[in-house]
Amino acid sequence: MHPAPSVIAFTTLSGLGFGLLAWLGIDATPPTGWTAFAFFAIAFALSVGGLISSTFHLGRPERAWKAFSQWRTSWLSREGVCAVAALVVMGLYAAALVFAGAHFALLGWLGAALSLGTVYTTSMIYAQLKTIPRWNTPLTCVLYLAYAITGGALLSGRVEIALVLLLVSAGLQILWWMQGDGAFSGRGTTMETATGLGSIGTVRSAAPPHTAPNYLVREFIHIIGRKHAQKLRVISIALMAVLPILLLLLPFSHMAAAVAVVSHIAGVAVSRWLFFAEAEHTVGLYYGAR
Amino acid sequence: MTSLPEKTEKKLGLVIDLDTCVGCHACVISCKGWNTENYGAPLSDQRPYGTDPMGTFLNRVHSYEVQPDSGQAQTVHFPKSCLHCEDAPCVTVCPTGASYKRSEDGIVLVNETDCIGCGLCAWACPYGARELDQAEGVMKKCTLCVDRIYNENLPEVDREPACVRTCPAGARHFGDFADPESNVSKLTAERGGMDLMPELGTKPVNKYLPPRPKDAWDGEEDILAPFLTPVAEEPSGFLGWLDKQLSRLPGDGKTDS
Amino acid sequence: MTVSPPLDLSPKVSDEVRKTTCYMCACRCGIDVHLKDGKVAYIEGNRDHPVNQGVLCAKGSAGIMQVNAPSRLRAPLKRVGPRGSGEFEEIGWDEALDIAVGWMQPLRESAPEKLAFFTGRDQSQSFTSFWAQNFGTPNYAAHGGFCSVNMAAGGIYTMGGAFWEFGQPDWDHTKLFMLFGVAEDHDSNPIKMGIGKIKARGAKVIGVNPVRTGYNAVADEWVSITPGTDGLFILALVHELMKAGKIDLEYLAQYTNAPVLIDSETGLFLRDADDKPLVIDAVTGTLTPFDQKGVRPNLSATHNGHRTVMALMAEKYLGPQYAPEAVAEATGVSADKIKRIAAELARVAFEEAVVLDQAWTDFRGDHHTQMVGRPVSMHAMRGISAHSNGFQTCRALHILQILLGTVETPGGFRFKPPYPKPVEAHPTPHCHTKPNCPLDGPHLGFVRGPEDLALKEDGSPARIDKAFTWENPMSAHGLMHMVISNAHAGDPYKIDTLFLYMANMSWNSSMNTRGVIEMLTDTDENGDYVIPHIIYSDAYSSEMVAYADLILPDTTYLERHDCISLLDRPICEADGAADAIRWPVIEPDRDVRGFQTVLVQLANKMKLPGFTDETGAAKYTDYADYIVNHERKPGIGPLMGHRGESADEVGRGAVNPDQMDHYIEDGGFFVHHVPEEASYYKPWNMAYQKWAVDLGLFDSPQPYLFQLYSEPMRKFQRAAEGHGDRQPPDHMRERLKQVMDPLPFWYPPFEDAHIDINEYPIHALTQRPMAMYHSWGTQNAWLRQLHGENPLFIPKELWDEHGFKDGDWARVTSAHGTITVPVALQAALNGRTVWTWNAIGKRKGAWALSEDAPEASKGFLLNHLIHELLPPKGDGLRWSNSDPITGQAAWFDLRVKIEKVSAPLESQPAFGPIKSPVGQGPGKLAWKVGK
Ligand SMILES: Nc1nc2c(c(=O)[nH]1)N[C@H]1C(S)=C(S)[C@@H](COP(=O)(O)OP(=O)(O)OC[C@H]3O[C@@H](n4cnc5c(=O)[nH]c(N)nc54)[C@H](O)[C@@H]3O)O[C@H]1N2
Ligand SMILES: Nc1nc2c(c(=O)[nH]1)N[C@H]1C(S)=C(S)[C@@H](COP(=O)(O)OP(=O)(O)OC[C@H]3O[C@@H](n4cnc5c(=O)[nH]c(N)nc54)[C@H](O)[C@@H]3O)O[C@H]1N2
Ligand code: SF4
Ligand code: SF4
Ligand code: SF4
Ligand code: SF4
Ligand code: SF4
Ligand SMILES: [Mo]
Repeated sequence: MHPAPSVIAFTTLSGLGFGLLAWLGIDATPPTGWTAFAFFAIAFALSVGGLISSTFHLGRPERAWKAFSQWRTSWLSREGVCAVAALVVMGLYAAALVFAGAHFALLGWLGAALSLGTVYTTSMIYAQLKTIPRWNTPLTCVLYLAYAITGGALLSGRVEIALVLLLVSAGLQILWWMQGDGAFSGRGTTMETATGLGSIGTVRSAAPPHTAPNYLVREFIHIIGRKHAQKLRVISIALMAVLPILLLLLPFSHMAAAVAVVSHIAGVAVSRWLFFAEAEHTVGLYYGAR
Repeated sequence: MTSLPEKTEKKLGLVIDLDTCVGCHACVISCKGWNTENYGAPLSDQRPYGTDPMGTFLNRVHSYEVQPDSGQAQTVHFPKSCLHCEDAPCVTVCPTGASYKRSEDGIVLVNETDCIGCGLCAWACPYGARELDQAEGVMKKCTLCVDRIYNENLPEVDREPACVRTCPAGARHFGDFADPESNVSKLTAERGGMDLMPELGTKPVNKYLPPRPKDAWDGEEDILAPFLTPVAEEPSGFLGWLDKQLSRLPGDGKTDS
Repeated sequence: MTVSPPLDLSPKVSDEVRKTTCYMCACRCGIDVHLKDGKVAYIEGNRDHPVNQGVLCAKGSAGIMQVNAPSRLRAPLKRVGPRGSGEFEEIGWDEALDIAVGWMQPLRESAPEKLAFFTGRDQSQSFTSFWAQNFGTPNYAAHGGFCSVNMAAGGIYTMGGAFWEFGQPDWDHTKLFMLFGVAEDHDSNPIKMGIGKIKARGAKVIGVNPVRTGYNAVADEWVSITPGTDGLFILALVHELMKAGKIDLEYLAQYTNAPVLIDSETGLFLRDADDKPLVIDAVTGTLTPFDQKGVRPNLSATHNGHRTVMALMAEKYLGPQYAPEAVAEATGVSADKIKRIAAELARVAFEEAVVLDQAWTDFRGDHHTQMVGRPVSMHAMRGISAHSNGFQTCRALHILQILLGTVETPGGFRFKPPYPKPVEAHPTPHCHTKPNCPLDGPHLGFVRGPEDLALKEDGSPARIDKAFTWENPMSAHGLMHMVISNAHAGDPYKIDTLFLYMANMSWNSSMNTRGVIEMLTDTDENGDYVIPHIIYSDAYSSEMVAYADLILPDTTYLERHDCISLLDRPICEADGAADAIRWPVIEPDRDVRGFQTVLVQLANKMKLPGFTDETGAAKYTDYADYIVNHERKPGIGPLMGHRGESADEVGRGAVNPDQMDHYIEDGGFFVHHVPEEASYYKPWNMAYQKWAVDLGLFDSPQPYLFQLYSEPMRKFQRAAEGHGDRQPPDHMRERLKQVMDPLPFWYPPFEDAHIDINEYPIHALTQRPMAMYHSWGTQNAWLRQLHGENPLFIPKELWDEHGFKDGDWARVTSAHGTITVPVALQAALNGRTVWTWNAIGKRKGAWALSEDAPEASKGFLLNHLIHELLPPKGDGLRWSNSDPITGQAAWFDLRVKIEKVSAPLESQPAFGPIKSPVGQGPGKLAWKVGK
């Protein structure tokens, strides 16, 4: 799949934002006043910013509002609905904390659920796609959720929890990669089943339908070398988990914590880049590429 | 809208004969022509006279090479457009309801005025049957020429998809798969019409007729087709044989040898 | 259940449909042009049209992008920069015509041959040749010499017609179809329709082609023949069939010259006093003219030591050199496979005969109650004809069909009117010029012997292209590919003005493209161009435009009148004669004129006879006027339909001023059906002969025998042996003796003998993509996305041997040149052959494309490797790279070697850009004329 920067930014940032909101929502002793303002500002900036950047890749962003209508069937629609609900609920929750110093725990729990729900719906957009076997697993949802709460924990300064979660996320990520690497062939979808010509023999693409590029090729076929991918995976784990863990294990300093956060975000972004770049769509089979 | 109809009255679709398709791309261009002028926005082209020209097409013809275990490789030209799946994943993923499957005839369409161009339906389609038009920002796909097949401004014979009407080799057939007596149902039954990627459970309506077996004469000795038996190896022998044959020939030339 | 949103299921399709004829290839399908607000909205096939019956190919459907292409020329152009720069100034038509007349008129008054007028794949040859004849130059031809003259001439000399527009398989009855060397053909849509039809019936298709794509991809059996060896393969089939006695003796005895006696001394036919070939009647045993009532010609008779053609054929084809085992190695086809195919041909022909209960009467007056058919049909094109052994190979193929008795019988091959037409019914070539006089007759024709060669008194060639000389005596279509190099060399003489029409001679129409470019721009010691004036008519900004001094911009095909005439290359089908028109279904929005109209205007200005009367007054104002009012012979004009005062006469009839309107009303074409009893056996069928005479195709019945043995060829062979007063130069004798064999034989392509085939072991070919028409496809925004670059396809064996991978490039070298190009793997390809799509490569700056267009950076022409002359052999002579009989350019004789190289920046050779006289096309396109 084409790793579109807007989609990578969206999933990375909004995941973090909603993760942070979730932690803020369930916090028994949440910050208030200006401290609350700062935390919520970051959380909203990330989640809303992510959502806005997701409209950049729309062909007709001015009609984005229409995307709320199909929540009965469409995970993308559900994501929209869920995100707005989460932001509204968490907005009220935050306003109460910031301006009135009031803590409505129930509202917080609801907002946290909606925030994680948003992350889940986002992940289901990918996990539902049979066309991309690498994504088409419940593990994708687990991974997205894990990233969200890990990042949220980091951002909200829950160092011990973050340390554990970083390890868990890294483990899940590696598991997801291992499972993903065999997913396409495990599915049994091949050029032979794609063309129905397997009963005659082995199928090879002899010529593309057009010598000119097209939307499908640009969108669905992105070939990165295996060596390249392995290197990026190492970098991703290092930035996402190893470096933050090391930094967090050091005696606490704001500087180290900030670097840990930035490193984590960068690692997640690399992982997201790989999430798309390594994903092979069945359409590729028709072009003799995966 | 994005829920699929439980059942459609008709199941309109295409049968594509891979035994006959010569890969001429006529269907590709007539489709582009009809759908540029008709249904929805024109199918645009970017850099049409420059490097990397790239346009929207609803139907494209691939070429594959198939290598049997033994014998010569074969070439198969392979047209592909939307298969109007019964269980169309492209429809259910659509967040706006722009994508839908018609309950009347099963045609899968995009209502362009509702489409936000999110591309998700194209991600959900296993076959690469949807293309996001780069100028209009909306999703484009084969309409099964819904604006031809019922069009009362067209003579009755012409109420068929543009690609079917134009196919010089007659490799494309249009009809109702819900009717077991239709041409498409019969062809599918007779020639073993197949689904693409059946394992994905999309239940495509369009069917592909597989190429007939090829290169029978390259295999082992074929008892059904013995070689010719010589009547003479030498010119003189041949002329002698000729004499005998000629004396047997009837005079009025109306019979078979 | 969900409800679907409302949808307009019956949108308006168009305001108006105008019916005319497609132009994107010589197939000439009928089209329905849908207009909205006077603009072209959609083009589809005309269902009523005899050629395409509603279907349309990709090019036809993309016509809309052709008529709005930004590459269209906009006004006459006068060159202002050096030739080849592309620098022009737009001028008015008055000035353009004055310049042209200023160059041509003085030539007509002094030496008409100094004007050479050659046309490309145009479809108005009867008109352009009429113009050239009236101008008086002998130097006229169309492009057939580099295209497919072997096919046309081989067919006409053998059986009075060839394939494509000459005839077609009997698609409705055939049970086995064998296709040789065809990627697309001139008969594009009918072949696809036919293949579709027979495949639907489950009938078998055999494809003989080194490359398995397109038609060969759907063929049930693929014969991956080695290029240039079809003659061997075909004659091996002949060998097998004769050896097994699986030949149609009845047919051979009655309808061919197989029983004709050959004079053992001269090798000519034994003839009676009336010049009729003689046979021995099997019933009476006496020597008798072949065409007498009740004669049963004896195939194996001898008379005073004179033997029949059949006996000579037995001697030749039963020889061991044509045994399947002997040809397997060279052809790349196993002996078993050849035998299997022979057996299948015999089985279908003789065991599955088609018998129609249709009575008919033959030319001897004998009545037959049935029509017996051998349902094996064949078709072939440039794959066998574009070789230096193509003429004999084409003849061999016809011999194979005739031995099986499949020609003009049900299920076999059928002629399309005005064919069959024996050599005798064609003109001979004419070449005598006189200042201010028309030529003494038609330029082109079919020579009957040395006496018809186009030689001057001193024996030197009369024509600039050296057509009809000892080097290529039967060059029925001229040799357009030799014109520029001969004119440049001043051999046989210098010319002054080269007048070209729709031929991209500085690019893909030429062998040795760079050499031709140099010849077109070469200057003499005074700094003047060696070819002083070049006038060119094109409709688009092609590569050739840059090399002319004066450009006469043509209209597009939807903006002009045209005539697809029975006098020319008509669109007939086996069941009927048909002709058609084009008419301006839209008006041009530029200062352009139909080229034929421009020719009329030039003729009027020069007061050419034929175009002006005794007083010098113009007979025709424009081409449409000519089409309706011109009479070739009294009552016979360009169009056959709606003749006579009441528009009800067909073929023969007075001029009808409303004829064009009738054609437009009727959909742009006219069909006149062949009666049932005349549908088959046409060369011998008196009902057909009468129908043809009534229609004006001939003036009297022309029945004839198929010429298995070609007497005209024997006459050239005899001349080479020293007989007769027109004698070839000595260095030509051996070759003529060999190649003018009156019975088809095979010899290796000439290039093989001129190069070291161990150094250049690989055959290199081109194929036409079905969706592109030569260079014009590229200016079409839709089509160029299909084929915007072309790799060299390489078979598995060579791919592995050279260690190629996807994305690699190769240097390809022939004895003549080198190219560096991208490669791609193809397993379904003869292991000794590489190929690419024809004419995808483009010159930077042409066709209103950007200079970085893929056509110029990755696309390439194979033409850079091919030369119009063979490499020197050390005999002091440069032999031409063409068929020694017809002069057909031997494009497919090419041999190369390949090596893997690192990817260059762009394919090589790269040429500098030419300046576009029309600018560059827009960056976006979303064409929709309706609201
Ligand atoms: N779409 C399209 N149609 C066209 C044209 C076009 O440019 N585009 N051009 C028109 C013109 S001008 C012409 S002349 C015709 C030509 O029509 P074709 O004769 O079909 O022309 P080519 O594409 O040259 O195809 C030659 C074929 O012969 C095969 N071949 C080469 N050498 C040999 C050989 O030795 N033996 C055998 N058996 N096969 C061989 C090649 O692989 C190829 O398939 O097409 C006309 N129609
Ligand atoms: N390597 C290789 N080379 C080949 C061949 C091959 O098989 N292999 N095939 C050869 C054969 S058979 C042929 S026929 C030639 C064909 O090659 P060309 O004769 O060069 O054919 P095109 O380039 O298609 O067309 C010639 C010109 O006609 C112009 N034209 C198009 N429409 C019109 C019109 O309406 N009016 C006017 N006045 N001009 C118009 C085009 O713009 C173009 O410049 O190529 C030959 N070259
Ligand atoms: S038009 Fe027909 S033959 Fe041509 S590519 Fe399409 S399906 Fe195949
Ligand atoms: S082919 Fe693709 S676009 Fe068409 S219905 Fe099936 S899934 Fe949807
Ligand atoms: S691109 Fe349009 S049709 Fe496709 S899912 Fe998005 S909104 Fe629906
Ligand atoms: S049915 Fe219509 S829209 Fe679909 S591929 Fe054919 S021409 Fe195109
Ligand atoms: S075959 Fe195609 S290009 Fe040729 S005349 Fe017919 S529609 Fe036009
Ligand atoms: Mo040609």
